[in-house]
Amino acid sequence: MSTLSARHIPLSHLVPWLLAVPALLLLGYLVLMDNGAVSQTGGYLHELMHDGRHLLGVPCH
Amino acid sequence: MVRTLLVRGLLLGLLAGLVAGVFAFAVGEPRIDDAIALENAAAAPGHGAAAEPESATHGHESGTHEQETGKHEHGEEVSRGTQKAGLFLATGLYGLAVGGVFALAFAGLRGRVGPRSDAALALAAAGTAFAAVIVVPFLKYPANPPAVGDPETINTRTLLYLAMIGVGLLSTAIAVTTARSVRGGPWARWPAAVLAFVVPVAVASLLLPTVDEVPDGFPATLLWQFRITSLGTQLVFWASFGTLFGWFCDRAARAPAPAPA
Ligand SMILES: [Zn+2]
Repeated sequence: MSTLSARHIPLSHLVPWLLAVPALLLLGYLVLMDNGAVSQTGGYLHELMHDGRHLLGVPCH
Repeated sequence: MVRTLLVRGLLLGLLAGLVAGVFAFAVGEPRIDDAIALENAAAAPGHGAAAEPESATHGHESGTHEQETGKHEHGEEVSRGTQKAGLFLATGLYGLAVGGVFALAFAGLRGRVGPRSDAALALAAAGTAFAAVIVVPFLKYPANPPAVGDPETINTRTLLYLAMIGVGLLSTAIAVTTARSVRGGPWARWPAAVLAFVVPVAVASLLLPTVDEVPDGFPATLLWQFRITSLGTQLVFWASFGTLFGWFCDRAARAPAPAPA
């Protein structure tokens, strides 16, 4: 159980799940960095999550 | 296995995001209200409004498409009350996204890099991520409250911020590689790893342009309080997420082992 070979997850098991990464990064982008360009909500999402953006420390206005 | 870790990361990330939201709401919102009050006072007629001709007042509907970033007409599109509720949406979704990415990175690191025990690896990975992805960019481009920052430069500032995240991640990779290749025990390995992390971060910080957009007369104390609160929000998130993730791994390990796949 504690040997390296028993604990590491084979890459072949891991790779299919990596498809979730772009979706997760897109979600992070929409929350933290989108200024209406991708979401096409005219800045509504930006304004809705504005306090969160500032307090999470990402650049904003 | 990967699926279990991913689901755990998403759920615990969401939970930790909401915990960070509570902290940000309690400690951070008063600072934001103070900053907006100052901004509104500055924008009032006869009080330096001429210095900010267009950007402070024009709405989203009116402007051109590409520079549609400059607005602070709080209360028009989204009321302050809704924004305060939106804070929890923001930190919750942030936690969801970060938790998912973290879980997949954790699945890849497990048994290859870092401590052997899942709980120790979870804490070490969360601490490393906080240092690399949060503290490194914060030191060069610290958080600002609303009313600080030129709307015209938001794209540049976002790119510079992302660049510092990249620097933090790259420096971590260099530090880990260094730690693994240095011989001579912990007294040689740890200083070498710290040096291999700090030197690239320092060099990049010196090379990248400085952003200084704090308006004249903005209270230094409020700026400092906001920045510390912002860093605190991230600290609350990463500390609670690392602890929760490690704790659940530990709990799962104590449960009867499933049949080998
Ligand atoms: Zn903004």
